Amino acid sequence: MKKPIASGKIGRRTVLKGAAAAAVLQLTGPFVIRARGETPVRIGMVDPLTGVYAAPARNEVIGARLAVAELNAKGGILGRPIELLVEDSANDVGTGVQKARKLIDRDRVTFLIGDVNSAIAQAIAQVASEKRVLHIVSGGHTDTITGTDCKWNVYRVCNTTRMESNSVAPLLYKQYGKRWYFITPDYAYGHTLQEGFAIDAKKLGASILGDELAPLGTSDYSAYLIKARAASPQVLIVLPQGQDMVNCLKQIVQFGINKAIPVAGAQQELESLEALPPEARIGTWMFEWYWKQPGVPFVSEFVAAIRKRNGGKVPTARHWFGYTSVYSMALVANREKSLDAVKLARALSGFELPPEVKLQPNRVYYRAGDHQLMTSAFVGRAVARGIDDPEDLFQVLEVVPGDKTAPPVSETGCKVRWPA
Amino acid sequence: MTQLLLFNAINGLIIGAFYVLMALGLSLILNLSGVINFAHGGFLVLGGYLAYALTPYVGFWGALLIAPLLTAGVGFVVERLMVRRVYGRDPLYGLLLTFGLAFILEDGTRSIWGAQGLPVSIPAVLARPLSSDFFFITGYRLFMVGTVAAAVFLLFALLRYTRVGIRIRAGTLDLDTVSALGINVRGLRSLNFAAGIFLAGLSGVLAGGQLGLEPTMGTGLLMPGFVAIIVGGVGSLPGTLLGGLLIGLASGVTAVFFPSASEAVIYILMAVVLMVRPHGLLGEEGLLT
Amino acid sequence: MNSRAGAARQAGTALLWAALLLAPYWLPWVGGYTALGARVLVLGLAAMSLNFLLGFTGVVSFGHAAYFGLGAYGAGLTLKLLAHSTPLALFFGTLAGGIAGALLGALIVHLRGVYFAMVTIAFGQVFYYIAFRWNSLTGGDDGLRGFARQPLHFAGYAIDILNNGHAFYYFVLVCFAVTVGVMALILRSPLGRTMLAIRENERRARFLGIPVERHIWVAFTLSCFFTSLAGALYAMVNNFADPMGLHWSLSGDLVIMAVMGGMRSFWGPLVGAAVFVVVQDFLSSITTNWMSFVGLLIVLVVLFFPRGLLGLAQRRGEA
Repeated sequence: MKKPIASGKIGRRTVLKGAAAAAVLQLTGPFVIRARGETPVRIGMVDPLTGVYAAPARNEVIGARLAVAELNAKGGILGRPIELLVEDSANDVGTGVQKARKLIDRDRVTFLIGDVNSAIAQAIAQVASEKRVLHIVSGGHTDTITGTDCKWNVYRVCNTTRMESNSVAPLLYKQYGKRWYFITPDYAYGHTLQEGFAIDAKKLGASILGDELAPLGTSDYSAYLIKARAASPQVLIVLPQGQDMVNCLKQIVQFGINKAIPVAGAQQELESLEALPPEARIGTWMFEWYWKQPGVPFVSEFVAAIRKRNGGKVPTARHWFGYTSVYSMALVANREKSLDAVKLARALSGFELPPEVKLQPNRVYYRAGDHQLMTSAFVGRAVARGIDDPEDLFQVLEVVPGDKTAPPVSETGCKVRWPA
Repeated sequence: MTQLLLFNAINGLIIGAFYVLMALGLSLILNLSGVINFAHGGFLVLGGYLAYALTPYVGFWGALLIAPLLTAGVGFVVERLMVRRVYGRDPLYGLLLTFGLAFILEDGTRSIWGAQGLPVSIPAVLARPLSSDFFFITGYRLFMVGTVAAAVFLLFALLRYTRVGIRIRAGTLDLDTVSALGINVRGLRSLNFAAGIFLAGLSGVLAGGQLGLEPTMGTGLLMPGFVAIIVGGVGSLPGTLLGGLLIGLASGVTAVFFPSASEAVIYILMAVVLMVRPHGLLGEEGLLT
Repeated sequence: MNSRAGAARQAGTALLWAALLLAPYWLPWVGGYTALGARVLVLGLAAMSLNFLLGFTGVVSFGHAAYFGLGAYGAGLTLKLLAHSTPLALFFGTLAGGIAGALLGALIVHLRGVYFAMVTIAFGQVFYYIAFRWNSLTGGDDGLRGFARQPLHFAGYAIDILNNGHAFYYFVLVCFAVTVGVMALILRSPLGRTMLAIRENERRARFLGIPVERHIWVAFTLSCFFTSLAGALYAMVNNFADPMGLHWSLSGDLVIMAVMGGMRSFWGPLVGAAVFVVVQDFLSSITTNWMSFVGLLIVLVVLFFPRGLLGLAQRRGEA
């Protein structure tokens, strides 16, 4: 974890120089436009590098840095080098908003990326739209970002909860049956995810026996598991994420519940599977991106490039989120030959990612109606121990394209209002 | 319903036992040094990580003993260098000092072992339930309760029958007199602090088997420890024992009837206890007021 | 106090106000930005409000985030559900935290020391969990969204504090100035003197016939009112309220700001807040290990500057 610091330092110095330059430029007035040609194009990134989401956040940063390095080698944005300014939101909304303002007001970033935490993502989306800055939400999943609270300047790379439940629900029904029981994290992400499953259940003819709402940050799931087992469902659907997921699965396995009731869920991440002991790597899930895709072009190159920056470890979905966010901005700016936020935001509507960025078999594009990236779901099973590679902990059964999992725009509640 | 209630009551007591271990360490330090140790969660995490690092060399059982000892060693050094300087000052300073230490410990573990959680395996003997009806009583959880019981027994025996223990108890009641009797109070406090941190380390090793091991693991476990002390009464170790079990039971039972209050309930319990008995259930007047 | 020290203090205060008034103009030149100034003011106000109790009555509350957060949610909910008015939001926000403080304070004034600190944490955590779990009202962990501060209307003029960062900064500064003015007046009044007497020697105050509990309750309540005003402003800064604004770690931060700046001085907590916020903002941009440095700073202050930065300066001045 020392690497980002060192490069951060260089970034900092350039920032100060840039700030001084910007101050001088303000005094010189009319020459601003011409002089800016020599300065780098800045991308600001706000992510919780400390706190409970530190691991996924740091992975997103590594992915974004790789994209910046690759793009700069190819001429950057409009011939200008790209500079990535990373700020720690410390998993706190107030801090995140502050950092977004800092990046926009002081550092004059052209683009903004972030945050893993949905609450912070939405709060900084508000700042970004107030300041008219193009913003890509890399890793916050709450539906409203590309739903009822969608904004003209905000796009999202990671899935919505509806996409997650839709991708995996049919398989659960087919494999395990129709009596479902949920362990759901008690906040917006968990609620909407479970609602998504409820809609799927209705369509498929499955029934929901009950749910346990466990607060975010629960360390002991025994009370919930006792109730869940008493209901004897055909499948136990585990929806908490990150550390909560790790705690829950560990306890499920120790209680032997998985021997009686199959375990499944929606989103699963390599970060979580690697934090679990082998015996607890169980269940049917969806990955938002997976590193092992034989025959899909450019994937192995990406894996090799990330390994070099990631202490030899393979990329996770989070690396790809950061990578794709930066590339989306650079590609659309270079195509439109502009840095104007409104123009670029319009151009991103319907924008399709090229194979060297999408790194998956299906067509991947930003849907015009709600600004959601139509990215595939990798549905499959957790594997206790990787055979060829110790990090190959997931067996992909099916890659479902994004436009199959995403509900129609009319159901998202999104109405994009463009500035006059 | 009765079965569910019974299950959750037993389950709550198991969780409470863990709180007890956490709270006893806090309580030892608070009683003799007057320091509210906010870094306790940080030391807990350190214990867990040290056990993870040691397991490949000494096995689970070796790590169970060595990791807490090493954590206690770190605690001893920290006490000598920093904590002892705030003794006798407003309790505010001890609290702030350890608040700062908690920052450093969290960041330190993250820098050394990384932000991503690490997989901890427990011996196969312990990793299964005892009976299919009481599936939530696993070998590991029983072992955890047993360890807590042993630690409590050992601690109480030490405090009652050894010279150091008697001095610690005397110091809790009246440090000035103990000091006037020519007893090395400084050394006593260092030792006592290290003992408290040993218990934090032990909690960390045990927690690592059930929870995911990652740098922020201690934050959520710290507050129940404090609540246990306050409910039981500051200055009384039996009180801490009672307080820990009580809040575990309370949150376990609340989880059945009113799950969304299962966290807040321990704080409500604490506020009610203090309203009725300002010094906790078994606390004595005059201590640390 | 001799006249030279008095003059030095007046000069210091004048300098402070000048710095605050001109902040939007000099901040960019030293690598700052206006929003940082607003954040320092708001957290500084919260720390000064806490210190009203901590430094001037000698009672340690470790749960002031509760009232800060209630102020924030009160203001946010007012803007979202009741009225699109910034002054009304501030009013109801302040009222929410202040009344909660008055009620809870009455229950706990007979507690002292560690117990008082712990019960204040407990109350704070109860509010935290309510905000955290009551998803339908507060938005739970995702926070309360969907509101924004509204332009101010004065006799036909509208001041756009939403989009104009400078205007908003000065709005916060005015709120700040009025509040600390009230605070200073109270501290100079007989009530303020009595608070100091309780801080210096509670037992003696009691023997003099001072109703100690009642005075502590008044000080606690006032402190909660001021703190929740700061919280209401904080909701305006972010156009957002979230449960972390109620969490005990924020209470800890506020205490640190007060101690770092100097508990015994009126302006100390503001200086402490400025140092704490700026150091954190600066360090977290250049290193992911900023927590260690902030932790170290706290440790150093406790060990070597227990009187805080201003306390240190004052002692030099007096010597």
